[in-house]
Amino acid sequence: MDGISSFFEFVKDNWNIPNSDDDILGHGWTHLKLTLMVLLVVSAISISLGVYVQNKPKLKQASISTASIFLTLPSLALFGLFIPLVGTGFWPVFIALCMYGILPILRNTITGLDEVNPAVVESAKGMGMTQLRQLTDVRIPLAWPVIMAGIRVSAQLVIGIAAIAPLVGYGGLGRFIQRGLTSLGLPNSLERVWTGTVFVVLLALVLDLILGRFEYLTTSKGIRR
Amino acid sequence: MNHATTDPTDREVMIHLDQVEKVYPGTDIPAVDKLSLDVHKGEVLVLVGPSGCGKSTTLRLINRMIEPTGGRILFGGEDVTDVNPDELRRRIGYVIQQIGLFPHRTIAQNIGTVPRMLGWEKNKIQSRVDELLDMVGLEPKIFRDRYPKELSGGQAQRVGVARALGADPEVLLMDEPFGAIDPITRDRLQNEFLRLQAELQKTIVFVTHDIDEAIKMGDRIAILGERSAVAQIDTPERILALPANDFVDDFIGAGSTLKGLNLSRVRDLELRAFPTIRHTDGRDVGLKALTGSDQPWLLVLDDDDRPTRWVRREDLNRTDAPLLELGQHVRAKTEANATLHDALEQMVTSSTGNCCVIDAHGKIIGVVGIDTLTEVIDRMQSEAKIHNAEVEASHR
Repeated sequence: MDGISSFFEFVKDNWNIPNSDDDILGHGWTHLKLTLMVLLVVSAISISLGVYVQNKPKLKQASISTASIFLTLPSLALFGLFIPLVGTGFWPVFIALCMYGILPILRNTITGLDEVNPAVVESAKGMGMTQLRQLTDVRIPLAWPVIMAGIRVSAQLVIGIAAIAPLVGYGGLGRFIQRGLTSLGLPNSLERVWTGTVFVVLLALVLDLILGRFEYLTTSKGIRR
Repeated sequence: MNHATTDPTDREVMIHLDQVEKVYPGTDIPAVDKLSLDVHKGEVLVLVGPSGCGKSTTLRLINRMIEPTGGRILFGGEDVTDVNPDELRRRIGYVIQQIGLFPHRTIAQNIGTVPRMLGWEKNKIQSRVDELLDMVGLEPKIFRDRYPKELSGGQAQRVGVARALGADPEVLLMDEPFGAIDPITRDRLQNEFLRLQAELQKTIVFVTHDIDEAIKMGDRIAILGERSAVAQIDTPERILALPANDFVDDFIGAGSTLKGLNLSRVRDLELRAFPTIRHTDGRDVGLKALTGSDQPWLLVLDDDDRPTRWVRREDLNRTDAPLLELGQHVRAKTEANATLHDALEQMVTSSTGNCCVIDAHGKIIGVVGIDTLTEVIDRMQSEAKIHNAEVEASHR
């Protein structure tokens, strides 16, 4: 009981203190911004790549395998590996997170396009749609719910792994976990770890709700599940 | 169906296939071997043949869904073998068995697909969509904003046809369009389509593996053998009366005379005058009517002139019961646009051997008997023989 009430007290005291290293709102915003930027870039890359390799069996296999390997790399090591190349701070985090985010979106883009009814594509072609138009007007809209499912998985993945960012000198909610763990035994150390963990989970939930709503609004009524 | 006296081949050529060939990479045997074929303006040419004969491939060569490896394709005299295939396809309606409606788009958007690509104005597209929905018998107000998942199979196929007609193309290619639909709905769709075609007079190439569908739908039929070699191409009447070879004969199958009955309609017959009375008329009127004709049966009509009972002279004399309770109930009825085959089917269920022809309100128009059909069959056979002789003479 004591732990929980002191956690709430910590949250209340540090909810919004600009310029403090314990500013929950500030770190939360940094975390969210980072995640959104990664998602934007990684979606663009993965969807384009997925569209490009979907009907090329060898490239398709190669790109999925590569993206899978990215995901098995230990995150802390990967963050660190980029420091000599791009320095500390935002960039190593950003690049590493992008690498983690590729696989779900890439795989779902390919699956989604594979699952489009061939008769629909045949009739689109038969009516004189160009290749590009078949893609933008028919294939992607029909694969969209599956692609969005991939984006949502990537979002969860990226939010979780982004908690390690402070270890290579960037901000975010992971800062609380890092500071808490390095000051174990001192006042507020456990409260900080809890704050970091709880808010990462909350942020992930909220973002998933938002993306779910976005998926709903961008999916045609004719194919909503 | 317009099996009128005008020969479809008298009209100008709309599509001309000249030695068209398709050889798939990795094989030496062509899938379609030097096929030459004319499709005339306003006709329905049915390509029919056993599975794997290349009839679908042939159809898809016309709009270059499959690129030919040899030969030329001409559209109204214009060589389209090398034009931009996407632009070519916007000029040709295309209907496939699986329909392939866009599930993420409303019915209106589906039908407006080609007009939108062609840059029509919004208002024009909207009114065209409503016109087409009306044409295929779907109430625009109800269906315009629905999605394909909300349609039955038959409705979806109607929308498929409407979509193919979107930008009013001169040519329609149909690949087993009614193949995946239950027999009852298929029959209805075929009839609706024939009615539509009588109005629109499009040039249509229609693929099916079902000879009965070919006979029903085609102004002409091309029976294709292996590698799309044309075994016979002619009107259904002549093919049924005069199969060119054993392959065609086998493919048509047994009962070609009966199938021939599908090609004539009841309305084309001279209906026999038949003694009739209103049920309110007296018996003496009935007896007089019977005496004045050579028929053994008298037809009793109800207040709305609908045929109700078959009555014999003996029935009239036997009892005092009301006329509407005498004799036999009229079971065999058919409408004027039914085929002779339909009429025959009705006749065999009737013990009088007659079938009443009625209008849309059930009013009597006339009566067809078995002997009428026998005359028709006789005439068809003798006409076929004359044509046979003419063909032989012209080849000599």
